Amino acid sequence: MEQLRIRFLLNGEEVEAGVAPVENLVQALRRCFHLYGGRESCGQGICGTCTVIVNGRAVSGCLYLAVLAEGTEVVTVEGLSAGGRLHPVQEAFISCSAFQCGFCTPGMILMSTQLLEENPDPTDQQIRHYLSGNLCRCGAYPEILQAVKTAAQALASQK
Amino acid sequence: MPRQAGRSLRRLESHAKVTGTVEYVHNLELPGMLHGKIFRSTVPHARLARVDVAAARTAPGVEQVITGQDVLSIIPDPYYGPAFHDQPILALEKVRFAGEPVAIVLAADPYAAQAALDLIEVEYEELPAVYNEVEAALKGAPLVHDKLRPGSMFADLIHVRPRSGSNVHVDYRVRRGDVEEAFRASERVFEDTFHTPAVAAAPLEPIVTVAEPGGSGPLTIHSATQNPSFVRGELARLLGWPENRVRVRTAFLGGGFGGKQYIKLEALAAASTLLAQRPVKISLTMDEQFVTITRHASTIRMKTGVSADGRILARECEIWWNGGAYADIGPRVTQKAGFTSAGPYDIENVSIDSYAVYTNLPPAGALRGFGVPQVNWAHETQGDRIARELGMDPLEFRLKNLLRNGRPQASGTILQDSGTEEVTKEVASAMRWAEPLDCGTGTTRRGRGVALAIKAGVTPTTSVAIVTLAGDGSCTVYAGTVDVGQGSQTVLAQIAAEGLALRAEEVRVIHPDTDATPYDMGSVGSRSTFHMGLAIQGATEQVSRQLIEMAAPVLGADAADLELYDGSVVARGRGDAEISFRELMATRFGKNTGTLVGSGSFTASYDTPDPDTGQSDDVAVFWMIGAVGAEVTVDTETGKVMVQRLVNVADVGKAINPLLVSTQLSGGALLQFGYAMSEEMRFEEGQLVNSGLAQYKIPTMLDMPKSVEVVLVEVPHRNGPLGAKGMGETGTLAVSAAIGNAVFDALGVQVKELPLTPERVLRAIRAGAGRPLED
Repeated sequence: MEQLRIRFLLNGEEVEAGVAPVENLVQALRRCFHLYGGRESCGQGICGTCTVIVNGRAVSGCLYLAVLAEGTEVVTVEGLSAGGRLHPVQEAFISCSAFQCGFCTPGMILMSTQLLEENPDPTDQQIRHYLSGNLCRCGAYPEILQAVKTAAQALASQK
Repeated sequence: MPRQAGRSLRRLESHAKVTGTVEYVHNLELPGMLHGKIFRSTVPHARLARVDVAAARTAPGVEQVITGQDVLSIIPDPYYGPAFHDQPILALEKVRFAGEPVAIVLAADPYAAQAALDLIEVEYEELPAVYNEVEAALKGAPLVHDKLRPGSMFADLIHVRPRSGSNVHVDYRVRRGDVEEAFRASERVFEDTFHTPAVAAAPLEPIVTVAEPGGSGPLTIHSATQNPSFVRGELARLLGWPENRVRVRTAFLGGGFGGKQYIKLEALAAASTLLAQRPVKISLTMDEQFVTITRHASTIRMKTGVSADGRILARECEIWWNGGAYADIGPRVTQKAGFTSAGPYDIENVSIDSYAVYTNLPPAGALRGFGVPQVNWAHETQGDRIARELGMDPLEFRLKNLLRNGRPQASGTILQDSGTEEVTKEVASAMRWAEPLDCGTGTTRRGRGVALAIKAGVTPTTSVAIVTLAGDGSCTVYAGTVDVGQGSQTVLAQIAAEGLALRAEEVRVIHPDTDATPYDMGSVGSRSTFHMGLAIQGATEQVSRQLIEMAAPVLGADAADLELYDGSVVARGRGDAEISFRELMATRFGKNTGTLVGSGSFTASYDTPDPDTGQSDDVAVFWMIGAVGAEVTVDTETGKVMVQRLVNVADVGKAINPLLVSTQLSGGALLQFGYAMSEEMRFEEGQLVNSGLAQYKIPTMLDMPKSVEVVLVEVPHRNGPLGAKGMGETGTLAVSAAIGNAVFDALGVQVKELPLTPERVLRAIRAGAGRPLED
């Protein structure tokens, strides 16, 4: 299949990849960089399992063509804990047991991180609304809500 | 050192899950691997006049295209399934539902495989089809299968009697007492018919299998399956090979809920890899999952006779299970949910008929509760109608009829070690039932409801475990239990650690791999902690005994005075006399060498029920007992129901990990919350019209009840590991009925069909007010 060369910044590093025109970003991240944190599930941009950050905004990686990543800055969950230290949101997800199977977790964490960047002290309703595009079939929602609040406190105390 | 059982330990794989590095079969890529894309039937029932794959075979990038005829060259009898061997690997002669696999295209590039599907031409000669479970059970309905193909794998299904010449392939019954006589003696007799629709498990990791041909080694299947041992046995049977030539392994699963039970893609993946002689990955899309397995739609007729003071004298249940085109585990659903369909009540006269019915819809199987959520919806909804019409409090009505320890369940088996009274008391207390509820005014009405649940643990089944200690004293557990997300790896580590006086964090539980892990029936039916827990206890006892025997001469102590503590063998009352496992291993084998091996197994006892009456002295390894309370508000102008509180009470025997137990209970409740409120697979002429998550809505965080609460009750089980019993389904069983009863309390009208969509609720409101909405 026809390959197009793209260059972009991936988790802080300049990278280059040959991708097919039909390939989406999640598939390219897996095939070219062995990054498995973004996962295609519904394939329709509904579930949020494929969430990655492009130019500072969360996108559905299953609906984002890989070729469009040319010249962008891409962050995946693997980039969140760069240097081996977990991000406070990741730590909160562990301390609150905010997952069961873990399949939705990277998307949830990236979305929660973006929420807390925009709104460091969200209400329950704001959290529910912001994360309503990320589905968890195991039903860990109560723990996820708690994790976001715990992370908000941890981030606030760091400042 | 703290006790390991009872610790609220976080999942041992937590770090890998929050960094996205955890292993799923979904991620697996192998050198030279082909991707398989499935061509599916577009019609619900037809003879295959022509399957033309010639153009697809020559399409760019395509390595191979396989049809049902090609499968026959390596598997002459290619019918699989856990209860019946009725499902062809790829359709042969006929298709029986829209979405049935007809051919598979293999290509190194998944896009090439997908593109070639458009080049396949199939000519169908359509046949009359049947979709409704009650209609399909009638004489003269179009037959989905001309010939029945019962299987033989599971001991609890040997008494089910297949029927021929009908779509009813299992006809399970319970007869206790004399219902006709008791109905005549009843003050009031209530009769209702309830419906539940087909719903989807929809795990976020879609069903996936990777197969490798193996060459001189075994055929290797990497699969997101809840039943690796079953898959191995089934593939060996299909191929006519010994089981030791088939290897099945799993990783963590991205959810399952029953949707990955028994055998799904594995036979197709095995046939593909053997024909192509290259590794093959089949990874379903979310949409494909919807036509691969569903939860049974059901129609339940329930007739109940009561005395003037509210005692249930008789209950008659007739249940039609819409099994779809292939039986899958429907026969077990038919039996399991059948025999508890009269509810957790002490009823002298019970008659149950539970029919597994073939239709031309996608196959139905178990989905968190083996049919019990459906029958629970019926008996608990009717229970509130009876209470209301008798002028009784619904909780008082339940307490009056409650099945208590020492009394026979409808199957004749005596209830024991079950907290029916405790969960009822706890739900009443959590719901502040004794206090009045403000029912609201105007267009916002408030209501509350409770529902009780009973389910038998799947019986009889077997788990076998091996526990080893390496030369350095570290412990590994070889267990076939699949961690679907429930946290079994953590809990099994806790049980092993408890047995060997280690910390659970130090124990490694390996993923199922039938080349290394011994037989386990599967991660189904809330059975793992109980069955595998007991098997591991047996294995750690053997290791512990060996350690103590080894230590006695070294420490110069009597074996009877030795015990394990924190990685060492210590002599009681002689604080200084101890030796670490590592040092002890060195005295036996030399430094850092050798292995101690222990094994254990557990098979539940069972008394096969009488096929005519369903009566048995020993039908359940344990009982799952739960109670749910719900508080709702209803907008009477729109029919929109908001669940404000959802309280889940479960008897767990002993919470080996209270944190994981609580989250599994609330998670199960939230899964069922979707089935109660919004989820419904809609078919038109056999075609699914709302597949995929864009049209089939599962709950989001915005939808979930304002407050989700869990209350644990611990009534220890005499045989359970540390008193534990299964609870993976307990939290899910009574959710729909509790919410429905709260809606009934708020509105005074009942809805007898799930889910409780605004439209359905509004229709009930308007019908109740004598102003029905037009269709």
